[in-house]
Amino acid sequence: MSTSATATRTSPGRPRAGRASLRAGAALKWIYVGVGFVLALIPFIWMVSGSFRSEADLYQNPASLFPTSITLHGYIGVWQQLPFLRLLLNSFVFAGVTTALTVLFDSMCAYALARLRFVGRNVCFVLVIATLMVPFQVTLIPVFIQLFHLGWLNTYEGLIIPRATSAFGIFLFRQFFMSIPADLDEAARIDGAGHWRIYWRVIMPLAKPAIATVAILNFTNLWNDLLWPLVITSSNDMLTLPAGLTLFGGQHVTDHAVLLAGATISLVPIAIGFFFAQKYFIAGVATSGLK
Amino acid sequence: MTTSTTDRVSPRVRGGARPPGGPTPVPSARRRRIRWQPAWLFMAPSLLILGVFVLYPILRTLYYSFFDWSVGAAVQPFVGFGNYIKLFQDPSFWNALGVTLEFTVVSVVLLIVLGLLTALALQSEGLASRITRSVFFFPTIVSLATIGLVWKFLLDPDIGLVGGVTKALGLAPVAWLQSAQLALPTLIFVSVWRSVGFAMILFVAALQGVPGERYEAGRLDGAGRFSLFWYITLPGIRPTMLFATMMLTIQSLQVFDLVYVMTGGGPLYRTDTLVNLIYRDGFVNFETGYAAAISWVLFALIMLISLLQLRIFRYNDVD
Repeated sequence: MSTSATATRTSPGRPRAGRASLRAGAALKWIYVGVGFVLALIPFIWMVSGSFRSEADLYQNPASLFPTSITLHGYIGVWQQLPFLRLLLNSFVFAGVTTALTVLFDSMCAYALARLRFVGRNVCFVLVIATLMVPFQVTLIPVFIQLFHLGWLNTYEGLIIPRATSAFGIFLFRQFFMSIPADLDEAARIDGAGHWRIYWRVIMPLAKPAIATVAILNFTNLWNDLLWPLVITSSNDMLTLPAGLTLFGGQHVTDHAVLLAGATISLVPIAIGFFFAQKYFIAGVATSGLK
Repeated sequence: MTTSTTDRVSPRVRGGARPPGGPTPVPSARRRRIRWQPAWLFMAPSLLILGVFVLYPILRTLYYSFFDWSVGAAVQPFVGFGNYIKLFQDPSFWNALGVTLEFTVVSVVLLIVLGLLTALALQSEGLASRITRSVFFFPTIVSLATIGLVWKFLLDPDIGLVGGVTKALGLAPVAWLQSAQLALPTLIFVSVWRSVGFAMILFVAALQGVPGERYEAGRLDGAGRFSLFWYITLPGIRPTMLFATMMLTIQSLQVFDLVYVMTGGGPLYRTDTLVNLIYRDGFVNFETGYAAAISWVLFALIMLISLLQLRIFRYNDVD
C-alpha cells in the first residue's frame, strides 16, 4: 500500500478522486496497524498484570486489564507449589549447554563443508539439508526408545545430546563462511596454521554475526520447546519450565496468578534477549530458523 | 585438535622469513591426506548426531510401523501393513487428518494474506514502523506453551478479559474452547495471532528487495496502484511467497503445543490433530507401532504437500 501511496504522491496531475481514496487508504492502514498493535500487546500486558492479581480480583473484575490491588502471592506460590528453581535451572542447562554445543558442532561441520575440498562433500551437504525436511515427530518414538536403552531418559545427556546440532545452523554457518575471502585461510596456511587453528583463530572471529544468529535462534527454540522435554523427562526434577508449567497447570495448580507468574518469569530471558538483539532474531527469520 | 597436530608436522614458515616465490614443498599425495582427513573430523560430531538421532530413527519408525510394537512388551508381533490398514479404518485417524488439514489451510491462507497486508503497511524504515514491526514480531519468539496458557485464561468465560469485556458489553460470555464449533477456529485465531509477525518479517524483506525502477517503469506506463501491486509487487515477491507458504504449511501440519495446552484435543476430539494423536497413541497409550504408522503418514503428507506447492508455484512461472 505505502509503496503505491508514495508513487501516487510523487506523480503530478493525479485526479482528485485518487487523492481522496489515498487518504481513505492511509486511514484504513493506520486503523489496521493500530488494532494489530493493541491486539499484539494486550495478552502480554494482561499476563503480567494477572500475575499480580488475587483470585478474587480476577473473578470480580474480569473486564479490567489492571489489578485493583497488587499482590505477590502468585510469585510466592510459584516458589511454593512448583519446584521452580529446579525447573529454571533445567531450562538454563538444557537451552544453554545445547546452544553452546550446537554453535560449536554446526560451525565445525560448516567449516569443512565451506572451506575444505573432499570426496563426498556434496553428498554430506545434501544429507544435512534433507534432515531439515523431516518433521521432528517422525523421529520422536525411535529416539525415545534409543534413549531408553542408553539409560538417558530423565537425564541432561538425553535432553541435550540428540539436539546438539541443527541442520539449519550448519546451513547458515556454511553460507556465512563461503562469503569470507579464501585468501585469509591461504595466508594463515602459509604461516603454518593448521585447519583447527584457521577455523578457531581466523574464521570464527569473523563469524560473530552468524554465531549470534544461530545461538539466539537455537536458545529461543530450545527454551520454548514443549514436546521434547515432555517426552524425554518424566520425573519432576528433570522438567523444563514450559513442560513444568504445562503439566502443573493441568494438575496441581488451580490458582491462575501462580501460572501467570510462572509464564511471566519464563518469558523474561527471551524478552530481554529480544530487546537487545532484535536484529539477530530478525536476521535469523529472514533466513528462517524459527519454529 | 588432532588436525592442528597433523599440520604442525608440515614445515612452518613464518611471515617475514618467507622467500619470495619460494618452493611449495607439500607433495600432492600428502596434501590430499591433509585435506580430506580433517574434513571428516570437523564434521564428525554433527554427522554422528544427525545420523543417530535423525536419519536412522526415520528408518526405524518405518520398521516399527510394521509391528504391533510397544515399549517393554515381551513379544512384538510382525503385522505387515496391519497398522496402516487399521489406520485407514480408524475414525479417530480420519478425524485428526481432517482437523489438521482444516487448521493448516485456514491458518496458512490467513497468515499469508494478513502477513502481506501488515508488511505492506509497515515496510518503510521509519522509527514508528520499525517499532511496530518489533511489537508484531514479538509473539513469534514466545513459547507456544506460554501463549496457549495466556490465551486459555484470556478466553476463560469466568476470569478472562475477553469474557469480562463481553459481559461488560451486556452480551453472554462465550465458552470459546469448550464449544465443539468454536474450539478449532479459536486455536486457528491464536496460531495466526502468534505467527503473523513471522510472515510479516519475511514479506518486508521481500518487498524491500523489489527494485524501485520496476515501479518507475510501471508508473510511466500509467499503471494504477492495483496494477502496480498485481504486476510488479506480487511477481517480485513470489519466491518469498513460496517459501513462506511452505514453512507455514509444514509448521501448521505439525501443530501440537497449542492443542496440548489449550484443549488437549477436545471437546469431542474437535481439535485432535495428527501430532496430538501420535503423542497420545505413542506416549500415553504406548501403541508405538501404530503411532509410528501415523508418523509416516504425516511425513508422507508433508512431503506430498511441499512438492505440490513447488509445482503450483513453478506452473505460475510458466504463465
